Amino acid sequence: MGDETVHALRGVSFDIYPGEFVTIMGTSGSGKSTMLNILGCMDKPTSGEYILDGQHTEKLKRDALAKIRSKKLGFVFQSYNLLSRTTAIENVELPLLYNSSVSAAERHRRAIEALKMVGLESRMNHLPNQLSGGQQQRVAIARALVNDPVIILADEATGNLDTRTSYEIMMIFQELNRQGKTIAFVTHEPDIATFSGRTITLRDGLLKKDVKNENVQDAKAAFEALPPPETFEEE
Amino acid sequence: MSPFTLIKIALKALLRNRMRTFLSVLGIVIGVAAVIAMVAMGEGSRISIKEQMTAMGSNAIIIMPNRDRRGGVQQESTSELLEEADIIAIRENATYINGVSPMMTVGGQAIVGNNNSPTTLSGISADYLKIRNYEIEDGVMFDDVTDRMSKVCVIGQTVVKNLFPEGDPIGKTIRYKNIPLKVIGTLKAKGSGDFGQDNDDVIFTPYQTVMRRFSATTNIRQIFANSIGEGYAEKATEEIMGILKERRGWTKPVDPFRVFTQEEMIQTITSTSDMISLVLTIIAGISLFVGGIGIMNIMYVSVTERTKEIGLRMAIGARGKDIMFQFLFESVIISLLGGVIGIALGIAASEIVKIAFNMPMSVSVTSVIVSFAVCFATGVFFGWYPARKASRLDPIEALRFE
Repeated sequence: MGDETVHALRGVSFDIYPGEFVTIMGTSGSGKSTMLNILGCMDKPTSGEYILDGQHTEKLKRDALAKIRSKKLGFVFQSYNLLSRTTAIENVELPLLYNSSVSAAERHRRAIEALKMVGLESRMNHLPNQLSGGQQQRVAIARALVNDPVIILADEATGNLDTRTSYEIMMIFQELNRQGKTIAFVTHEPDIATFSGRTITLRDGLLKKDVKNENVQDAKAAFEALPPPETFEEE
Repeated sequence: MSPFTLIKIALKALLRNRMRTFLSVLGIVIGVAAVIAMVAMGEGSRISIKEQMTAMGSNAIIIMPNRDRRGGVQQESTSELLEEADIIAIRENATYINGVSPMMTVGGQAIVGNNNSPTTLSGISADYLKIRNYEIEDGVMFDDVTDRMSKVCVIGQTVVKNLFPEGDPIGKTIRYKNIPLKVIGTLKAKGSGDFGQDNDDVIFTPYQTVMRRFSATTNIRQIFANSIGEGYAEKATEEIMGILKERRGWTKPVDPFRVFTQEEMIQTITSTSDMISLVLTIIAGISLFVGGIGIMNIMYVSVTERTKEIGLRMAIGARGKDIMFQFLFESVIISLLGGVIGIALGIAASEIVKIAFNMPMSVSVTSVIVSFAVCFATGVFFGWYPARKASRLDPIEALRFE
């Protein structure tokens, strides 16, 4: 961008341990996007270090970072980012295409397995435009799971969804976490953060808070507690 | 990522934009088809000239007096007339010559009863048949000695058809300028050349007959000879010229006769036709180049349009290389598809032109192979830059692209 140097993050240091479900909170401009880009090996810190699964990443080249993304990371985006005119299963298979050690048959098997974990195996041949927003995000979660990553990174994954669907998505994340998946979830919605075990809050590029959540909400219970969807009944 | 998977991805992307792909392919198709057809046309005319020349007689040499320059300021004549004694001298003394014959033509109508044929009468010697590759079909050829000045003729198949529709012309009489000529033989059909002349529309008679009865002259306008084989034309020409000069005690630096060898004629004609086909091929090549620019344009659009897709692919592990080859394969597939269809269309067009306009066309294997290779190169060349641009995108920026 411009000539002015902006330190998006300064002196931020923390560890995420296997099996944790961490939410990263902050207002816009707090540096949470930069944080996610570094966690996702899409960007490198100008100074400092980032060790992922025991491996230093600061000095790696583009191709090496791509390889780490392919083998160790799973991304879930706010706007789903599914390939249009490409079936759900093909979308889920996509990350494995860039891993030449996985055969076509294995790819297919693992994609089906991932779709089962998000409850969409019956829709595997649907195109994204034949799916609801929540379903599309579930396909995206399956895509993030398919390469069995060491951490799943979610960027405002519920940002485009209504509350009911958001909670449904959080149910899936909680279920994955229970099965041992490590999750880092960027959000600016406080109620979403209550579903995670730990919340890191950033402000103006600084780590403001890093707290363990003693009272983790159950997404399923929260979902059931919601008022039923509005029905238009004549009085 | 395996090349096979990349090809599959590229194909899928191309199928998603059928119309766009079709139009890009069309640009290449037109270019390649034009190249193939133009080269086929050039190659066809080259072959037809070769055939023409072979039909004329292998290794033929034509000798004629220098153009007579009357009324000029010329002080010394550089021209001499040819005569029968020259023929005899060449026949007896030349060693690089297989046969030699005068050629004396008379224009007029050949008439048999109610049928006539506007055929040129040619006064020749028996050697002429082997010089021009004619063969006797029926009857006999006249002999230079026994048939000297006799009123006989040998006729080609077109004349047979025109004058003797019922067939069996041997022994019958043709009237040419009121002089009766008895048909003693017919020639095997040679077919027509592409210059329009009919090699079977001929009446041959002994040259002495023409000298004595038709043109009342002893001057010979042309002498036909053929060398003993390919590559001997120059030696044979020198030898003939030596004999002719010696007979006349000719010492002037300018030769008294003009000599055309078949090799020279082939060179003259083919160099012209080569030039024309080169120009046409260059024009066709330009249209292929324009087709290539079309591919580049569409690849740019495609890369821009799919920036977000590229960002996503990179985020989930695609290396720059993978993205590069994905797009490069797209452009190569477009250009090769255009190449294959273009080659087929070019061959079809060549065949249609051949049949419909009776033009000599010959699709060469070389032009097909070269076209295919050029298409591949076009795909790589014009796809390279857009593909590289795609491969160098920053995944963060690309994902944010709207």
